Amino acid sequence: MRIANLTHGALFMLGAYLGVSILKLMPNLWVAALLGGLAVAAFGGLLERFILRKLAGNILGQVLVTLGFAYIIADLCLVVWGGDPIPIPTPEFLQQPLRVAGFAFPAYRVAVVVLSVLVGMALHLLMERTRLGAMIRAGVDDMQMARAVGIPVSKLFTLVFCLGAGLAGAGGVIGGPIMSAYPGLDADMLPLALIVVILGGVGSLAGAFAGSFITGFVYTFGVALFPQLAYVILFLPMIFVIAFRPRGLFGKFAA
Amino acid sequence: MAALRLQNLRKSFGGLPAISDVSLEVAPGERRLIIGPNGAGKTTLFNLVTGDLPRDAGNVILFEEDVTRLAPHHRVHRGLARTYQIITLFPKDTLEHNIALSLLGLSKLRWNAFRSFDADLYVEARAVLARVGLEHLAKRGIAEVAYGDKRRVEIAMALAQKPRVLLLDEPLAGLSREERATVKQLIAAIPREVTVVMIEHDMDTALDMAERITVLHYGRVIVEGTRAEVVADPKTREVYLGH
Amino acid sequence: MKLAALACLLVAFPLVGGEFYVNLASQIFIFAIFAASINLLLGYGGLATLGHASYLGVAAYTSALLGLKLGLGHWIAAPAALLGTTLMACLFGLIALRATGLGFLMLTLALSQVLWGTAYRWVALTDGDNGLRGLSRPFHLDDAASFYYFALAATAASLWLMARFVGSPFGAALRGTRDQPRRMSALGHNVWLIRWVSFVYAGFWGAVSGLLFVYYHKYIHPISLSLTNSAEGLLAVIAGGSGTLGGPVVGAAIVMLLKNYVSAYIERWNTLLGLVFVLIVVFMPEGVVPGVKRLWLRFASRT
Ligand SMILES: Nc1ncnc2c1ncn2[C@@H]1O[C@H](COP(=O)(O)OP(=O)(O)OP(=O)(O)O)[C@@H](O)[C@H]1O
Ligand SMILES: [Mg+2]
Repeated sequence: MRIANLTHGALFMLGAYLGVSILKLMPNLWVAALLGGLAVAAFGGLLERFILRKLAGNILGQVLVTLGFAYIIADLCLVVWGGDPIPIPTPEFLQQPLRVAGFAFPAYRVAVVVLSVLVGMALHLLMERTRLGAMIRAGVDDMQMARAVGIPVSKLFTLVFCLGAGLAGAGGVIGGPIMSAYPGLDADMLPLALIVVILGGVGSLAGAFAGSFITGFVYTFGVALFPQLAYVILFLPMIFVIAFRPRGLFGKFAA
Repeated sequence: MAALRLQNLRKSFGGLPAISDVSLEVAPGERRLIIGPNGAGKTTLFNLVTGDLPRDAGNVILFEEDVTRLAPHHRVHRGLARTYQIITLFPKDTLEHNIALSLLGLSKLRWNAFRSFDADLYVEARAVLARVGLEHLAKRGIAEVAYGDKRRVEIAMALAQKPRVLLLDEPLAGLSREERATVKQLIAAIPREVTVVMIEHDMDTALDMAERITVLHYGRVIVEGTRAEVVADPKTREVYLGH
Repeated sequence: MKLAALACLLVAFPLVGGEFYVNLASQIFIFAIFAASINLLLGYGGLATLGHASYLGVAAYTSALLGLKLGLGHWIAAPAALLGTTLMACLFGLIALRATGLGFLMLTLALSQVLWGTAYRWVALTDGDNGLRGLSRPFHLDDAASFYYFALAATAASLWLMARFVGSPFGAALRGTRDQPRRMSALGHNVWLIRWVSFVYAGFWGAVSGLLFVYYHKYIHPISLSLTNSAEGLLAVIAGGSGTLGGPVVGAAIVMLLKNYVSAYIERWNTLLGLVFVLIVVFMPEGVVPGVKRLWLRFASRT
């Protein structure tokens, strides 16, 4: 959609904290993820409708406003949930490690990988195989033209923004058992999200996936091997991609 | 020697060819007209010559020097100048500042970051504006002057650079009859040693200005020759005058 | 004339103002250099950078580390910090300027995040979240007034040189690349190189502000390299009015006053900062200086 959005880290964190509160009422992580995602999606929708809409084409404005909201969200989370990290328990049936061919894998992490692949496939099908997806792609490619043939572009964009925000929120809940909810989670997530997008290419789902896997691997090994230089290692592949493939690995647009 | 030679140029946009295998030779001092219906690829051809767009294949040769791999600004320093079909000026600045930026493009001064902007540059800019009859508007902002005046500023910006090859992309588009006459005079007054290649999609308006004419259709050269030859050619009639 | 009056006012200020205000003024000066250097890119080059804290932070850290770890004096550490940071700007410019617009913004952000993350994690070198303490000021400028004069002189010189830059033929070319990059290259200007040189120049002035920053605080923390710091600089430029000479200075004063005053009364500085971002972008997109000028003109034409 080509909107510069810096709230993603904050929405992720908001999701994680909402997850904490929902889990107190209903001890089911998946329900919490769903509800947290919906709540964050609703917030994202309001943000798009009432503020970002007015700033179409004004990249700098979008950046500053989304950054402003990121600060507000982070600060309010601090007010509501306090400054101490709050762990989110791993669902019981996934607490045992998974043993395959003599190796032990943490079952929850495996479940998260499976889930993210499923979500990715669902998004792919949505974008490539459905009428809705076709309309969204048309809107992104050429807004004027899409409008001219009667596609409700602005409604669609709100919807897409909600979807993105919702996924970030749900992601926060699901990431909870691994990372827990703490102040500064937003700042830790944002660069990761940025790298994934730049690496994979703006506007490409396959790119986002490849990007996130590469980032994940590099980050994990990098942190294990050279903890001080984790960020340098993390950003190296990105710089490489930009130097040799400005459109990202799969992207249609230059970043 | 040719002033401008194009060899087998190709360019396509997302698989759709806009220029296919165009070869062309323009002699020094020649007045060449390129005509063709809307979407024939005329502007794209200019963009390939100037380097605004990267070509897919083929070569651009300027005064026997292959400039295909040079960046647009390097081609300008070898004597190539152009105007745009869609007016591309600096809207917040005055007319004289627009021309001054053009003069600056070829001046060593442009890298000087420590002396203040030279009043001499404006003096020279006003002289250029005088050539196109706009000196009285020198201190006006671009946004405040009429469309016809902007068209003349477009041309003045290119002329200010004293080019050896000048590419004019529909310099008469959107002008009234009187304005057309002035701009035509302006073009006619360009010194003979400058090679002029001009695009026009309306054949009748510019026929009298050309020595040789190239007809472009679907990205290909279909007819090329003197004015009489081109007008007489049945293919011209078919694709261009026919409808 | 006006400038002379302003100069007198500024020179006389420490004689009348209390220490708190003199220090606040020093901070405004330092932040004004930082904001003005961002304005070179944003206001005159049309390049929105979200990583300018890199230059401030790296210069500050370099100077601090050279002093602490190698025991070098300021007369070596300062030039070395400026040079090193400027070289880094050369390299970062090569990377970031592969894109413009949103891509440029993301790249500057990403590059600065590398430095921020490294400063946090490379505890052996930077002492991470604790920051580096025990730093000194050059020339023993330890009382508020003498540091004030030092900062004032440095700021006046910096702003003057940046104004020269903007008013030069090169500055005119830079503004041209902001408004009509394609036309600029069709006129023979090397758009990329113009942007790169400006990027490096802005990085240099960012480094100057970083030196003054670390001299003032005698302390440096990774937060100086953070996105928040870059964004506050950007906010100052936009609040004051980008692409104007006075804008960043006014904006720097606004942000610093908000930060020092309001944060004393309101605990939620971050919420306030966020709201200020939103309000300024939505309601005063052209900035305070042009905004006030416009209102004044409307007022003047009515009477
Ligand atoms: N940047 C671009 N991206 C995609 N397609 C383009 C681009 N520029 C031109 N085209 C396409 O290439 C074809 C040739 O366009 P071009 O502008 O060269 O035509 P033209 O002969 O100048 O027409 P006109 O008389 O309308 O100016 C058109 O079909 C146009 O849609
Ligand atoms: Mg055209």
